[in-house]
Amino acid sequence: MADPTGSPGTTPRAAGGGGAESGTVPRGTTTRPGAAPPAGRLPLSSGPGRLLVLLYGVFTVGAASRSIAQMIMKFGEAPLAYVLSAVAACVYAVILLSLVRGGEGARRVGLVCCGVELAGVLGVGTWTLVEPSAFPDATVWSDYGMGYLFLPLVLPVVALFWLRRARSS
Amino acid sequence: MITALTVAVSAAALALAAWCGLAAARSVPTKDWHFAGMAVVTLLALAQLAVGAVRLAGGERPDGGMGIFLAYLLGAAVTVPAAGFLSLAERTRWGSATVAAGAVVLAVLEVRLYDIWGGGTGG
Repeated sequence: MADPTGSPGTTPRAAGGGGAESGTVPRGTTTRPGAAPPAGRLPLSSGPGRLLVLLYGVFTVGAASRSIAQMIMKFGEAPLAYVLSAVAACVYAVILLSLVRGGEGARRVGLVCCGVELAGVLGVGTWTLVEPSAFPDATVWSDYGMGYLFLPLVLPVVALFWLRRARSS
Repeated sequence: MITALTVAVSAAALALAAWCGLAAARSVPTKDWHFAGMAVVTLLALAQLAVGAVRLAGGERPDGGMGIFLAYLLGAAVTVPAAGFLSLAERTRWGSATVAAGAVVLAVLEVRLYDIWGGGTGG
């Protein structure tokens, strides 16, 4: 339970005026992905965020490798599905990076991307049900992510709640 | 693929998920014994990776496509170690929950591997 959330004691106060604080904060101990972000930066990957990091990592790797393999080997079969999978992979990657990086800016980027993800899974999910002929092959977001235990639908909602709560804590 | 091994990996992964899920429910971080469990599951997943590599080297081909099969095989081998690594620096219940989720992902990957290979033919 050694959660260093917002402990100002780590910032060297007596280091000459404190005008260029952000440049003097030591970052040597934060190379591990699990370690706390630099002092003063809002942590997004601790607590429940750790679970989100794992799941977004799985989805980033899964969607990216899948779409890259399909684009290389059989792009002509279902170009729309493969491009949408690639877009999904990019959105997942940005959210993953935001969570790992932390901070207010990353939190906002994460909020926007989670909104895009939710809109994507709802839009593409509806599209695949209304016009299945447009999708000879499945995407991550087909049928609201049914092939992935509906996680593509659940994840952005959970992440939105987490990112909203992270500001107040 | 060897069906028995695939079943063993999935069952071990689900057991690990239940164990770590219980730890998360009790607000306990992952402990040494949990990491021993992760090591066992990872060894099984590595055995699966070796079997897959030997089968491919022997000229057999998965029904669902070579690239997808390899991606799932490698993914299955690294999922639990990655979750364990994440839980190392998260000494709360959420570290346990992360490992539980990683183990569930592994079980799902194993089912997919079985499908992609073609229903375990030759096993």
